[in-house]
Amino acid sequence: MSTTSPAQALLLAAVLFATGMLGVLARRNLLLMLMSIEIMLNAAALAFIAAGARWHAPQGQVMFLMILSLAAAEAAIGLAIILRLHAAGRPTLDADTGNRLKG
Amino acid sequence: MPDLPFLLFSLVAAAAAIMVVTRPIAVHALLYLVVVLLALAGLFFALGAPFAAMLEIIIYAGAVMVLFVFVVMMLNLGRPDRDRERHWMAPAVWIGPSLLSGLLLAALWPALRAAPPAGPGSPTVIGPEAVGIMLYGPYVLSVELASFLLLAGLISAFHIGRDIRGTGTGTGTGTGTGDA
Amino acid sequence: MDALFLKLIVAFPLLAAAILLLSAGRMPARATCVIGTGSVGLSALMAARVATHATSPASLHVPLWSWMRVEGFSTRIAFTLDPLSLVMMLVVTFVGFLILLYACGYMRDDPDIARFFGYMTLFVAAMLVLVFSSDLLSLYIGWEGVGICSYLLIGFWHIDSANVAAARKAFIVTRIGDAAMLCGLLLLATRAGTLEIAPLLAAPPASATAAFLLLGGAVAKSAQAPLQTWLPDAMAGPTPVSALIHAATMVTAGVYLIARLHPLFAAVPAAMATVALIGLVTLLLAAGSALVQTDIKRILAYSTMSQIGYMFLALGAGAWQAAIFHLVTHAVFKALLFMAAGAVILRVHHRQDIYQMGGLARAMPGVFAAFLAGAAALAGLPLLTAGFYSKEMILQGAWHANPLLWAGALLGALATAVYIFRCIFIVFFGPRHTDPTGRTGATMALPLLCLGILALVGGWIDMPDAIAPVHLLSRLLSPLFGAPTAEGPSWLLWTGSLVPLAGVGLAWLLWRPRIRAFTPPEDAVARLARTGWGFDTLYDTLVVRPFVALGRLNQTDICDRLSDATAATARAGGRMLGRMQSGQVRRYAGWIAAGTIAALCLGAWP
Repeated sequence: MSTTSPAQALLLAAVLFATGMLGVLARRNLLLMLMSIEIMLNAAALAFIAAGARWHAPQGQVMFLMILSLAAAEAAIGLAIILRLHAAGRPTLDADTGNRLKG
Repeated sequence: MPDLPFLLFSLVAAAAAIMVVTRPIAVHALLYLVVVLLALAGLFFALGAPFAAMLEIIIYAGAVMVLFVFVVMMLNLGRPDRDRERHWMAPAVWIGPSLLSGLLLAALWPALRAAPPAGPGSPTVIGPEAVGIMLYGPYVLSVELASFLLLAGLISAFHIGRDIRGTGTGTGTGTGTGDA
Repeated sequence: MDALFLKLIVAFPLLAAAILLLSAGRMPARATCVIGTGSVGLSALMAARVATHATSPASLHVPLWSWMRVEGFSTRIAFTLDPLSLVMMLVVTFVGFLILLYACGYMRDDPDIARFFGYMTLFVAAMLVLVFSSDLLSLYIGWEGVGICSYLLIGFWHIDSANVAAARKAFIVTRIGDAAMLCGLLLLATRAGTLEIAPLLAAPPASATAAFLLLGGAVAKSAQAPLQTWLPDAMAGPTPVSALIHAATMVTAGVYLIARLHPLFAAVPAAMATVALIGLVTLLLAAGSALVQTDIKRILAYSTMSQIGYMFLALGAGAWQAAIFHLVTHAVFKALLFMAAGAVILRVHHRQDIYQMGGLARAMPGVFAAFLAGAAALAGLPLLTAGFYSKEMILQGAWHANPLLWAGALLGALATAVYIFRCIFIVFFGPRHTDPTGRTGATMALPLLCLGILALVGGWIDMPDAIAPVHLLSRLLSPLFGAPTAEGPSWLLWTGSLVPLAGVGLAWLLWRPRIRAFTPPEDAVARLARTGWGFDTLYDTLVVRPFVALGRLNQTDICDRLSDATAATARAGGRMLGRMQSGQVRRYAGWIAAGTIAALCLGAWP
């Protein structure tokens, strides 16, 4: 629309990605880890959109749509797993006990 | 120099993202995540992608976040969870991940600071029509793949979420047998 | 028909061994005795049948199967019956049968009697294989077979660790010789391209090395200097074992080997001289040791060494018939002596010290008579005993080869008479120190009787012309060894007859029954002689201690350090990598992030 620089958007994407990664690495709650992954996915989407804007190409938004469907599927499965674990007797959703591979 | 709305949205998105990863209460984090998504939708507008912005709001901030909200509701989290979450978030835990994230940023920074190659000029709006033509033209295969992915996600979610014990009640910890 | 019998002679003891060893001691003692003794008895009967039919010089050849056939070398398992193996076969089966019969009585109360008879029959089978083999490789099978049986039987009472140590010593010392012998065999195989005895002897390769290596095997097996130290300790085994293996048969295998391969040795004068010298040295050293021993079985053990020394002397002097003749008579009278000693030991509560016996002649006249017959034969009392004729023949041969050898042998004969009659005077005369109990059963008395008669009259198969022109054995063996040497002057015969008598007189002077009890001599020379002239100490210092020290040095596996380090590094690395596989999702995510960063860094700053 105006003088928005895609380069700035890319910088923001990097910051968001790093923040999301920080969340994935630091949080032990599976739910919060999923949210952090959503942030990282959105950072990637932002990078695509910015690149599309830079080159006046609709492919950026095509890729955004792909990421969108990916995020939807990922959220559905991830949340189903969380519910499953919760129902099976792990109400704490502690990611560090995942290596028990049981109930 | 970016314009004001862009800067605003950027700052909101970054700040909200940091809030998301630091909130001990899941619902708060979720709401901040919605803020992040809305701010990103604004950014998409600013970058000349109204179709993406709308989808971001409708699907991401709408559908996916509602999914999260439902899950948080079903988990029935309370004070003990909050206390445990605080315990898990002791300052020492943050050192390693912060270091890694900082390193990542530092590694990306010079690559992004480098002068981008000259583009075709100032951004223009790319409407849904162009995207639609592109989607159902050269990228039709990707659309098919995405549909397969969604179908697979649907089936997996159904499979994982189904009640194994067959008691029919299966609404959470009430029927759980506890850890082995 | 004879071929079948020949196979059966070996097969019966082998079958009995299989049955007895597989029965695992579940069989009653009587059945064990019947099977063990009966199988060897059947072999003896068939051996007699074969001997009466096959006294013709033509030898019988029974090929069994082809062992291996490779380019330029083939070997077969085959039996040959020629005069030499005929003689050996008779000795092994008949003496073996009598000793096993004796063992039925001797070992009656032993709980492990099945194992004992199993090993004994296995030994007889292995010894027969050794004797019959027409191929040096299959002879080696028998050679090692008797070695392992000897080991097993010396350590028969394995509860006592001293017996096990004795067995191990015997095994290791003979193993040294066996290794030398194997080298010799391989050398012969490469030189001559065959190990079959007949072609080998038809064109003997004049290889001094092979002859000396084979001599090494014979020396170790026959307990000759310098590898003689195992035999006295081997007396830890049961007495029938000492009689059969360590007196009558196995220890004479060395003599048999040299006699069998005599053209090989005759072609190398140095080897012949060495054989004679070894025989002479052993015979004198062992006789000296026997003079001062206090253990009755050790006296006989040293006496065995000494007598085999005579055989080696005869071999070295080229008097092959004399060596074999002495082998036969020695098998008879030494088995007799051992069995009589065993009977004495049983009656005096398993005591073996001669100074604790005394005056036993009246208590056990039968055993005394048998021992006396054996002792007379060993001493070579003239005219009446078997030992006299065979020793006379050796003395004649030694005289022809070298008068010095003859003088040494004569000195040995004197010592022999002295030590064995010392034993008799101390054990059977004088005041009693112990009360003998029980009586010697029929199964033990019968072999004593048979061998006692044989020890007296057995020598009449071959007599000097001056007494009677009987040359049964020499003539039987002459197709193999050629005509026997001509007899020397008659004063040789006189000397040879008088020296043993002088020895008996000397023993009478020194140890005739007196009131006061005898005590073992305690001066330095006697102690040295009693311990076998310090050979054990010598080998202990020269070989055993350095070896043990080397072993202790290498206890931490110095040589393996390098490979150990490799293994340790791999293991530590694996453990480190394994620690990464913790199953912690966040750790994995962290590693992915670290990898991404590393890749980015590589991309951003090339």
